[in-house]
Amino acid sequence: MNHPPSARTLLAVVAGLAAASLSPAALAVTPADLLNAYSAQAGAAPQPARGQQFFIASHGREWRCASCHGALPNQAGRHAATGKSIAPLAPAFNPERFTDPAKAEKWFRRNCNDVAGRECTAAEKADVLSWLLTLQP
Amino acid sequence: MTPDNRPPSGWLATCVLAFAAGMGLCMPACADDLRAAPPLPAYKAECAACHIAYPPGLLPAASWQRLMTQLPNHFGTDASLDAATVTALSTWLTANAAQGRRATPPPAEDRITRSAWFIRKHDEVPAATWKRPSIKSASNCMACHSGADRGDFDEHNVRIPR
Repeated sequence: MNHPPSARTLLAVVAGLAAASLSPAALAVTPADLLNAYSAQAGAAPQPARGQQFFIASHGREWRCASCHGALPNQAGRHAATGKSIAPLAPAFNPERFTDPAKAEKWFRRNCNDVAGRECTAAEKADVLSWLLTLQP
Repeated sequence: MTPDNRPPSGWLATCVLAFAAGMGLCMPACADDLRAAPPLPAYKAECAACHIAYPPGLLPAASWQRLMTQLPNHFGTDASLDAATVTALSTWLTANAAQGRRATPPPAEDRITRSAWFIRKHDEVPAATWKRPSIKSASNCMACHSGADRGDFDEHNVRIPR
């Protein structure tokens, strides 16, 4: 089964709590919590190498993930259109990353649509996040 | 208190300011200082993630309203937001939108950079300058106006990078 109800519930509860909360700090999850939720939702273990490949590859659109975040997001990236600096994506280099489930979901939704023309699957999110977590100082 | 009971001083000041603005008698800072709008934390958090927090006074209300209904395709990018945040941002942007000469007509494609006043104020900047890697686009206010994210577009602080 691809979507065990327990995992979906976990993600929904975490995201719902974050959305309902007025203070971003009120619900602090860890990137590992999110990874577990996405992995459970995917019903498979995450593959960091596949996540890296997804991150740097073209998915048929003008931009790739790496276009704005850089091929190795252990440092600031630069928005491909506006040039605005984008803080590092890897949690070890930016502790705010992947600690707010609603925010993570919002950006996956937007950015997957920009680079792939669709939403990402839970497996793709888990792969990418698992790779980001391998990036260490 | 009915309108008839209001102290007249407020109305008088408004009229004098409106007259001065209409006659172009403002101090330079009046035209280039857009810091008057009260900040909205959601605006910075949501919109300034990808570009500077453009002061709401740079576009007329009609443009902001159109942009806020088209966030899933925001100049080619998915900038979609939940409905409650869209409503809050739209209300704030509309309330603080451009007034007077800057408001009409709405610029082509609702782009700040297509506004008549924007084009006039930048008419001495050659096309090649805009394309420099350090500038990239006319939408990158901060490249030359280092106080742009605070609403400071004072001409004396402009520095065009190489």
